[in-house]
Amino acid sequence: MRQTRSIEISTGLFIILGFCALLFLAFETTNIQAYGDTGGYDVIATFTNVGGLKVRAPVTMAGVSVGRVTGIRLDPQTFNAVVTMRIASKYDQIPDDSAAAILTSGLLGEQYVGLSPGASETFLKNGAKIQQTQSAIILENLIGQFLFNKASSGGSK
Amino acid sequence: MASEELKSDNAVEITGLRYRVGGKMIFDRMNISIARGKVTAIMGPSGTGKTTLLRIMTGQVLGDRGRVLVEGKNVARLTADELYDLRRQMGFLFQNGALFTDSSVSENVAFPLREHTRLPESLIRHIVLMKLQAVGLRGAAQLMPTELSGGMARRVALARAIAMDPKIIFYDEPFAGLDPISMGVIVRLIRRLNDSLGLTSIIVSHDVEEVSAVSDHSYLISDGKVVAYGTPQELEHNKSAWVRQFMKGLADGPVPFHYPAPDYATQLLGEEHR
Amino acid sequence: MGLLRELYYIFLGFFQGLGACFLFLFRILRCTPAALLRWRIIWQQIYSVGAMSLVLIMVSGFFVGMVMGLQGYNTLSKFAATSALGTLVALSLLRELGPVVTALLFAGRAGTALTSEIGLMRATEQIAGMEMMAVDPVRRVVVPRFLAGAVSVPLLTMIFSAVGILGGFVVGVSFMGVDSGAFWSQMRVNVDLWDDVIGGLIKSVVFGGACSLLAVYEGYYSHPTAEGVSRATTRTVVNSALAVLVLDYLLTAFMIHGV
Repeated sequence: MRQTRSIEISTGLFIILGFCALLFLAFETTNIQAYGDTGGYDVIATFTNVGGLKVRAPVTMAGVSVGRVTGIRLDPQTFNAVVTMRIASKYDQIPDDSAAAILTSGLLGEQYVGLSPGASETFLKNGAKIQQTQSAIILENLIGQFLFNKASSGGSK
Repeated sequence: MASEELKSDNAVEITGLRYRVGGKMIFDRMNISIARGKVTAIMGPSGTGKTTLLRIMTGQVLGDRGRVLVEGKNVARLTADELYDLRRQMGFLFQNGALFTDSSVSENVAFPLREHTRLPESLIRHIVLMKLQAVGLRGAAQLMPTELSGGMARRVALARAIAMDPKIIFYDEPFAGLDPISMGVIVRLIRRLNDSLGLTSIIVSHDVEEVSAVSDHSYLISDGKVVAYGTPQELEHNKSAWVRQFMKGLADGPVPFHYPAPDYATQLLGEEHR
Repeated sequence: MGLLRELYYIFLGFFQGLGACFLFLFRILRCTPAALLRWRIIWQQIYSVGAMSLVLIMVSGFFVGMVMGLQGYNTLSKFAATSALGTLVALSLLRELGPVVTALLFAGRAGTALTSEIGLMRATEQIAGMEMMAVDPVRRVVVPRFLAGAVSVPLLTMIFSAVGILGGFVVGVSFMGVDSGAFWSQMRVNVDLWDDVIGGLIKSVVFGGACSLLAVYEGYYSHPTAEGVSRATTRTVVNSALAVLVLDYLLTAFMIHGV
């Protein structure tokens, strides 16, 4: 009987260990905070090209994550990409003339939105639109441009 | 159809049973009735399907034709649940005991109680000790099956078989491979349990001496048929040469010593010339 | 001609086995509610199936993680991208290595034990004995073992992946000098809760069910002889490995295109 008891206790420990591992994976290795915060306010920005930006990509300011991309859609009139971002409510004093740029973490890393602060006295509010944007740098275009320049400079020689 | 009742003094009634495996006829229109409250033995040479007969009676195997009534129920026509209900009234002693090797003797005996009843733990303990006492192994309650001798394992299996107080108990070769003392113990146990618990006992065996000592009636079967039936005394004085050979254990008789084969001399010569 | 014929029979045998396996699964599922009432039996089986595999899984996971750390560092350093090591280790473990390697180890460690245990119970007439005591052996023997396996594999997979990430961390950060902050922050940015952690969990649930089903099926229908049980045990390992790899492809394809 004693043996059965220790077996049952070990089983319980094993199951708890398994769930701890799941919690560790969920909270320590992932972007789970992207799901948690429902609080905050939405701002939008239009880009001519979002490149490889994905929903749930981080929105950062000076390298600090302040929010997440919550939606990407195409404006059927202008054919620009409209990116919706949710900014955490504690960052409610971002100047409304701030600029948004789509940046890449590292050479081949994931893309994210970087905000650079403006000088305005008024702040971004829910539903506000960021006017000044810089689209993603597309590697192919860059290479194409580089080759084109090279060719034209070579031709002029 | 389901309520086919049989004469009240027969626990098992088999009529016109036919069963074949492959092309071999195992039973051919066999009729057997087993009286309630008695010890009935089914004897026959090895390979005549005695164990198969037990399996047919308990619904583990279905016959091809004929009717098998056990406690008034037609075994072949029962649903799985009805068959399990019927089996709760049966005890079955397997030749090797079939004890659960991963649990102790007392857990083995407690198994059917735990599965079928919601008795409190203390009561189950009492019943287990009582059943083990009945087979004389109360002291072995904490042992594991691997620590038991063949005879003891069979007695534990017997205690487990009677744990649910069955009406009928089936013994598959209860004497095979036991030393004389253990054999004597089992013989006494079968008789005592039968009389004290009011069981119907059915023994399948080819050990003539032990069966004669314990049984009220015996069937002798061979080649798919009942060859003789009677009390041990009647069988002993049976005139038939086959019965005499079997009961006395003679090497040669109607059942020849040699398996059918071509003539020895011709076979030897034939192989030399190959 | 002979080869075609043989292939035809192999094909036929495969579908027959698959069908029999699914019928057995239905039988198991039918008995499951009744078996759940006896949760203590399942609990004890989780011990022998899951908890007993824990050390094996943890050691394997740690070493797989360390190898990932070493290989990943070696490759990434050529692109000056060693900061992505955490991402690499975590994604490989969560998506593929964790579920697949755990399922394969489980089939070898616990699946074979299940098969031979049930097979020996049949060979020694314990299964028949239960039937004679009016106890359904599928409900009493098979279902608790199947459920224990199906529950244990996802838990073991999570433990495997977690320990593996720590193994990758130890090699990458302590031995190779990758920045600890970069290791974790890159991982956190790129590992997605649903696609990677939950996706891996779903895989492991499917693998656990498949490996456990194959193990109990082979055991229950094994030939009741010493040779029959040993053959059934071999089949458990081979079939489980094949099933895991095929299912892994199907699930991966579904997760990438379906969601």
